[in-house]
Amino acid sequence: MRRTANCPSCGAPVQFAWSSAVQTACPYCHSILVRHDVDLEKVGIVADLPPDASPIQVFTEGILDNRRFTVVGRIRYEWEQGGWNEWHIVFNDQSSGWLSDAQAEYAVSFLAAPPAPLPPPDQIRVGSQIRISGAPFYVTHLTPVRYIGFEGELPFVTTDRSEFLTADLRTHDARFATIDFSETPPLLFAGRFVSFDELRLSNLREFEGW
Amino acid sequence: MVTAYRVPAPAPLSCPNCGGRIELHGFAHTRSAVCIQCCSIIDTASPSLRVLQRFDRAQRHRPVLPLGSRGKLEGKTWEAIGFQVRTITVEGTQYSWHEYLLFNPYAGFRYLTFYDGHWNLVRTLRALPAFTTWKGRKAASFEGRVYSHFQTAEAATAFVMGEFPWAVRVGEKVEANDYVSPPWVLSGERDGKEVNWSLGVYIPGEEVWKAFGLKGAPPAAHGVYLNQPNPHTEKMKRSWRTFVLLVFVWVALIVAAVATAGNREVFRGNYRYVHGSPGETSFVTQTFQIPRDGNVEVEIRTDLDNNWAYFNLALLREDGAQGFDFGREVSYYHGTDSDGSWSEGSRSDSALLARVPAGTYYLRIEPEMDPQASARSAAGMSMNYEIIVRNDVPRFWLLLLALPLLLIAPLRHTFRSIGFETARWSESDYGAALGSSSEDDDE
Repeated sequence: MRRTANCPSCGAPVQFAWSSAVQTACPYCHSILVRHDVDLEKVGIVADLPPDASPIQVFTEGILDNRRFTVVGRIRYEWEQGGWNEWHIVFNDQSSGWLSDAQAEYAVSFLAAPPAPLPPPDQIRVGSQIRISGAPFYVTHLTPVRYIGFEGELPFVTTDRSEFLTADLRTHDARFATIDFSETPPLLFAGRFVSFDELRLSNLREFEGW
Repeated sequence: MVTAYRVPAPAPLSCPNCGGRIELHGFAHTRSAVCIQCCSIIDTASPSLRVLQRFDRAQRHRPVLPLGSRGKLEGKTWEAIGFQVRTITVEGTQYSWHEYLLFNPYAGFRYLTFYDGHWNLVRTLRALPAFTTWKGRKAASFEGRVYSHFQTAEAATAFVMGEFPWAVRVGEKVEANDYVSPPWVLSGERDGKEVNWSLGVYIPGEEVWKAFGLKGAPPAAHGVYLNQPNPHTEKMKRSWRTFVLLVFVWVALIVAAVATAGNREVFRGNYRYVHGSPGETSFVTQTFQIPRDGNVEVEIRTDLDNNWAYFNLALLREDGAQGFDFGREVSYYHGTDSDGSWSEGSRSDSALLARVPAGTYYLRIEPEMDPQASARSAAGMSMNYEIIVRNDVPRFWLLLLALPLLLIAPLRHTFRSIGFETARWSESDYGAALGSSSEDDDE
């Protein structure tokens, strides 16, 4: 399934684990590469990611609802009081989603079609209720966030570093949703919280002393 | 082909205030760490190691679970990396508890709380409990379980030690709402608009001591903690189940006593008595066999009507070796008055001789009547009567006595269980000791 192209900057072979990847990084010269059909365009240089304590890394594998997935990339987000990772996961059928890891609290989400137009950011408050696929979701956090770095393969381009608003929504069961207001109309990601154990992760990072 | 990237152990910090060494264990999760030498809280995320706060050294507390201890709970290894003392004030009294921050690089964070010998293992929740009412009180439901509201209080951080994945500060206050369903406690901590929910489960101190391999005995638990499981409830249920079983046994014993008793009629005789007849009023019956060692019941049936009689009786062994003297009074009166019809006494009576050896016996019978007592009787001082003798009649009064004895254990456990719940709730916003808390007013 792997496809290879050459880095337009240094000529090194760049492998794609996921056929739909839009952005990746050259593992040799750290150029940020955006794919246009078969051509790769260099749009910048990868910034070093700050050290983080996620046990997950690119090529970590796991199982969600009996479907095997591989981590192919990550976006590091930052907000006022910290940061978290959205690991880009790709399933065997080439569908992809996100495994988020915020202080070792894990959640899996997928880009979803909003059932109705989502409210604009100025009409949303902590405590607001939004119905998504028949169930009430409650807005628990409204957080300005920004990308501070990425690695691996992503389904979109992350070169814009300006701050944007996200809304976190939770439910009475373990489902959750995020509204990403960086685009118009806003993007909806919906999923659920998962435990570390249920994902049966392998190829994890190791921690000295553990 | 993928080599695991090994995350190096975090390097210790040097306190920007006193230069003391601060060990770190939480990898890049740590956002603040405490220099315990000078009681400064350091912002570990700032490149210059900014001091977030300095707090009063006089308020130092010693953790009962030493920081750096590792223990196994819920199948995972946890390291105690942070310690907070938190305080609530209820009716002018301060209550303080310990909160230990536990860390595992894969499973994240848990908390161990400690109050007066009681421990809880707590995890933060990301699903939202729903508010409801239960038995007229406010309650929260979570994953199919209903939690009764216990207490709302302002909780303040009084002391910190170790490191935390947030910017910890002494004096920080939140509104803490506890809802209980033993052994679980659901806690919502409101900080401004945000409510952080957590779920705790009660664990005995011995388990904490064993999990962390601590020496000696854990501090003794005093009183009843809000989500401490009621040890009497299970005993109560068990003892009532045992009671039901024993009642079945008891009924079976009665049935067996009735079924196995010989209950044989060994003599029956019909007689007439007329007061004032010439001659001796006492007479003896013909002999009869009492086949089994055991009890003998002598029944007297009369046709007395508004009348009274007394029977002197003796059960005598034919060989004269043994005799049982006894007497029975029989009287039966009835009539009507302003309240309607009434009756008193009975036309028959019986006597039971508990232990009579088997053998050949006869009865001596001596009836008496009284002119005054017989004044209203149509028959005057005469009566017909029948004497029936039975051997080995079923007796189960001892078994009847057993029934209340069987109730002792279940009732005792029931009262203890109720007492335990009363002690639990006396510490809540709904306790008898707290007449009016602000929380009651806004319901």
